[in-house]
Amino acid sequence: MPPAIRRALRDIALNRFLNAVTVVTITLAVIFAGAFGLFFYNVNGLFLDWQRGIRMMVYLEDGISDAQRLDLKFRIKTIAGVAEAVYISRAEALETLKTQLQQQSGVLDHLRGNPLPDAFELTFRPTAHEGPGRLDRIAAEIEALPEVGQVLYAQQWLQRFSTIFNLFKLVGYGLGGIFGLAAILIVANTIRLMIYNRRDEIEIMRLVGAADGFINAPFYICAMLLGAVGSLLGLTILLALYSGISRQIQQSLYGALPTMSFFPWYWCIGILIAGMLVGALGCLVSMKQYLKA
Amino acid sequence: MRAPGVTSVNGDSGALIRLFHVSKRFGKKTALTDISLDVAPNEFLFVTGPSGAGKSTLLRLLYLAESTTEGQILIDGVNLARVQRRGIPSLRRKFGIVFQDYKLIPSKTVFDNVALVLEARGVRQRLIQKKVGAMLRMVEMGDRGDALPPSLSGGEQQRVAVARAVIGDPKIILADEPTGSLDAAAAEAIFGLLRHFHQRGATVIVATHDIELIKASQERVICLEGGRLQPLPELGARTSHAPRN
Repeated sequence: MPPAIRRALRDIALNRFLNAVTVVTITLAVIFAGAFGLFFYNVNGLFLDWQRGIRMMVYLEDGISDAQRLDLKFRIKTIAGVAEAVYISRAEALETLKTQLQQQSGVLDHLRGNPLPDAFELTFRPTAHEGPGRLDRIAAEIEALPEVGQVLYAQQWLQRFSTIFNLFKLVGYGLGGIFGLAAILIVANTIRLMIYNRRDEIEIMRLVGAADGFINAPFYICAMLLGAVGSLLGLTILLALYSGISRQIQQSLYGALPTMSFFPWYWCIGILIAGMLVGALGCLVSMKQYLKA
Repeated sequence: MRAPGVTSVNGDSGALIRLFHVSKRFGKKTALTDISLDVAPNEFLFVTGPSGAGKSTLLRLLYLAESTTEGQILIDGVNLARVQRRGIPSLRRKFGIVFQDYKLIPSKTVFDNVALVLEARGVRQRLIQKKVGAMLRMVEMGDRGDALPPSLSGGEQQRVAVARAVIGDPKIILADEPTGSLDAAAAEAIFGLLRHFHQRGATVIVATHDIELIKASQERVICLEGGRLQPLPELGARTSHAPRN
């Protein structure tokens, strides 16, 4: 075993309590930040699903001929992102409304004529949801056509949801940052105490010609190991909590919500690497302070 | 003014260690004043003087534990004023240092204390095992490799310290009061070891106020008093600033 790893393991064994506290702190940080991340990960998926299923209603001006309507349909379908344009005549729309109103449909009997306009119901390709404001641009392009009276879709609802979601995301980033910083400071403190415990040894190493890399390496290995173990523990506990909670939710809502999912494997590896980076950063903070002193 | 024996600042005198008008102050306190000195390769030099005379400071300047306030020091042609922080470890590998308080790591075994020097240089474990084993046998500590320093006597600890100092084949051995806390027999044993490594080619500088040990040897002596080089009348011609031929 390389001497640096041997010395790092010895340091961990010598400072068990201190290292346990550090691992627990990193674990808690991963659980809290991970829980937020998991929430956003699933809500974001839900949001994208809703966005993908969105439909746009294009209401036509009165007095459009069949030829003009066919031409309009052709022009709408050539717009990038539009998958299908289904024509709904005013008569069909009224029938549908009556069906939806059921017992209250009697109120429509007093109408002199059909007030509903002819319309196209549009569905979109997945590319139409890429990038912000893409649907807005499509709607504006269609609304500019002379035969089109009005274009309606769940734009405001989507925007409001998006704003709230982004606000939550911001809070999540902030909390994640605070947890990360707390973890860095705890690791830094642990390493500082380790350095303090071994200050004589470090001084002797310097006197015998040991380079900084040789002296620092065990501390970095130790800090990164603490970060990795803390992250792994945090992820394991998070997975267990997630499994229990998601099962409860699915059972109580009888599957009304789309299936929830845990972080994909590459996210888990990313969190593990982030934990190691937190450890390395904590160590760097302590080392900088020590070398300055 | 040029000190006796000092030729030029370029280090062309053949000296391994050269000091040019070196002074060292700690705040208002002056530790060394205008020291000029040459030490030849494979020379054995005593630095003596009373406590607080500046002997330890002189040695600390050589291995860059301190930097000079004035003057320059050349070690093996390298001007210490120009050595950057990252260059210090490679400079220190030219030295083997023996401290009065041994400076052994109490939580490491005798073997590991000595092996540390080689580990720091990236030497392979197999070679470390071989070299450290041989070195411990040479200093008669072959059977104490697994012992921890606190369980050893002062003389044994200093022998381990000597082993650690020489395991990396240094050009220069610095010993700061190596016998300060030892009885006469243990002190003689340590000097015996230092002489042995001197005969194998190392340049040895020993700072000591043990005048009896100095008198018993025939090596060159410099005397410091109040941070200045002073003649030591009782030793006559041995107290020179330049190496003896």
